[in-house]
Amino acid sequence: MVASVEKVGGSLGTVPGAPLLSVRSVTVRFGGIVALNGVSFDISEGHIVGLIGPNGAGKTTLFNCLSRLYQPTEGDILYKGKSILQSPPYAIAGVGMGRTFQNVALFDNMSVLDNVKVGCHSVSQAGFLKSAFGVGVGAEEARIEARARELVAFMDLLPYTDMRAGPLPFPIRKRVELARALASGPSLLLLDEPAAGLNHAEVDVLKAQIRRVRDLQNVTVLLVEHHMSLVMSVSDRVVAIDFGKKLAEGTPAEVQRNADVVRAYLGTEAHA
Amino acid sequence: MTIQQTTASAAAEAVRELLRGHGAVAMAGAAAGNLVSQTAVTAGPVSPVVTMSAAADGTTPGTHASHGSAPVAPPSGMRVPPAAMAPRAKKRNSLLWPGIVVALAASLVLFGGKGGWISNFQYLQLSLVLVYAIAVLGLNLLTGFNGQISLGHGAFFALGAYTAAVLIDRYNVNYLLTLPVAAILCFVAGYLFGLPALRLEGHYLALATFALATAVPQILKYRHIEGLTGGVQGINLVKPDAPFGLPLSPDQWMYVIVLLMAVLMFWIGRNLLDSRPGRAIVAIRDQPLAAITMGIDTARFKATTFGISAVYVGLAGALHAIIFEYVSPDSFRFDLSVAILVGAVVGGIASLPGALIGGAFVQFIEKYADAATKQFTNLVQLPIELEPWTIYGILLIALIYVMPGGVAGGLATLIAKIKRKRSVS
Repeated sequence: MVASVEKVGGSLGTVPGAPLLSVRSVTVRFGGIVALNGVSFDISEGHIVGLIGPNGAGKTTLFNCLSRLYQPTEGDILYKGKSILQSPPYAIAGVGMGRTFQNVALFDNMSVLDNVKVGCHSVSQAGFLKSAFGVGVGAEEARIEARARELVAFMDLLPYTDMRAGPLPFPIRKRVELARALASGPSLLLLDEPAAGLNHAEVDVLKAQIRRVRDLQNVTVLLVEHHMSLVMSVSDRVVAIDFGKKLAEGTPAEVQRNADVVRAYLGTEAHA
Repeated sequence: MTIQQTTASAAAEAVRELLRGHGAVAMAGAAAGNLVSQTAVTAGPVSPVVTMSAAADGTTPGTHASHGSAPVAPPSGMRVPPAAMAPRAKKRNSLLWPGIVVALAASLVLFGGKGGWISNFQYLQLSLVLVYAIAVLGLNLLTGFNGQISLGHGAFFALGAYTAAVLIDRYNVNYLLTLPVAAILCFVAGYLFGLPALRLEGHYLALATFALATAVPQILKYRHIEGLTGGVQGINLVKPDAPFGLPLSPDQWMYVIVLLMAVLMFWIGRNLLDSRPGRAIVAIRDQPLAAITMGIDTARFKATTFGISAVYVGLAGALHAIIFEYVSPDSFRFDLSVAILVGAVVGGIASLPGALIGGAFVQFIEKYADAATKQFTNLVQLPIELEPWTIYGILLIALIYVMPGGVAGGLATLIAKIKRKRSVS
């Protein structure tokens, strides 16, 4: 069980150097309001990329474009070189993108294990008819069960396996959501404010978890985050946006020094 | 939306029971629940993997310390072996009690015949309980597990009933063969109705289904299909005799058939809920947006659930037509839709065993509330005259107040309480 979690890192069979995700001048308008204005950036495989920006900058709008919950007015989003804008929202998981939500969207009345099992939906096939009569679904169900248990253990959730997800404490619920997002074995994981609502110690744990997830589950991570120290310490690259436009992109150190970024966060002229 | 939400959340206990695969157990009532939980505790999942994985992937001790903040963990943040904290076994050992219930129900067949304990009329009543239980289960799947409300399931009941009646009466089809035909027709009708209904949420869906329920009796009376439906007169049928010269009365025989169908439909329901599509159905109810991002085509799943729900109710209708030997447009008025919904809520809206309780409620309480009110008035010699449905109303209000999760939910809570008391002492 443990061995299968620790896949051998490295190549995932795509063209070396080609970006996993390309956001190309994406613009989103809601009526007269421009939520995103020609934002472009690339994400390379194996990276942890932080997306930062003040409140209302358009971070979650961008996330919702990636999960196809919003349709961009202009621009394109390429995943492994293919546009995803023609795919319906439910097909995104199958493409290889998993996500978590800012306010933790768990299936509250289901057990932790079943929540993670639902995460396997896009990589399993059992339909209504076969399931109704329990014919020919045993092997797949066993695989789902094994994968879900593996991830429950991986995210340190074993004591909660059969508990209802709803009443669990917030940090635990966040871990359940992460386990659920990993269940389909995504190549890109979108984390929407994973540190929100966590205390200092819990953020440290989260930092280790994000790295561990990237290394052991072989995923590329894009995280939207307010928590600066987390973003700056965990990310390989950082993209900063404000008022729907990209301000800066680069390594955490580069972005931190960028005058526009400093201005956006502190609201004053930066004198270097 | 509000009805939906309250019922769904109130039945949380029952849902949890179900999702653990213990659902059908509660069918046998309180005693059953206790026994299962005992067996479950002894078979608790022991996972040596925990320590291994923690060590293997090099987590910091902090990860474990964070367990301390959970209310379920001991306060000091001290590490507890996970096996000791694991609440229940996942093992599906719950076939025992449904088996006993089915065996008991089946053995009732032996007490009939001339001079037997159970009269033909009582067999008919028992059959009706099971028929309504199948219908209530169908609505449970839709409203309780998938979160779509329907005030119009009487329409599918009517469709199933008329399918059976027309096929038997006009085309001399064997009564058993009418069942799959009714099932397929109802699935198609339910799926097609479910597709446009997807765009409607909460109250609007309730209204659309209400319209369906009120329209169907009128459609059945329609002049140009009178040749088929018999118009206002309806269709009279004759109950089939037991085959192979079995020494059973027609009522006894149909009880056997209805029981077999009920077992089949409950079994299918349980299989479904414990499967990939079943989890998707519940996921859509709990978090539609997250369900989509998990790759669930919510439109298709909701329409299919609507269709499956219609299959249950339609089969119940077909069986009802056969055992009741009569269909008419006015047997399927709006009251029937409400009766099924009330049965579902009373039994426990997201519970399989609750459907059985709901079926009994529809058959007995609904049918005898009128008589009970009269008897009660005479008994206590009330100076005022009560309306015929008074007792029913009072009973319903009291029940919803005392057991918001339905009878099944209430029993589950009760069992949990007793267990907690025991573990404390």
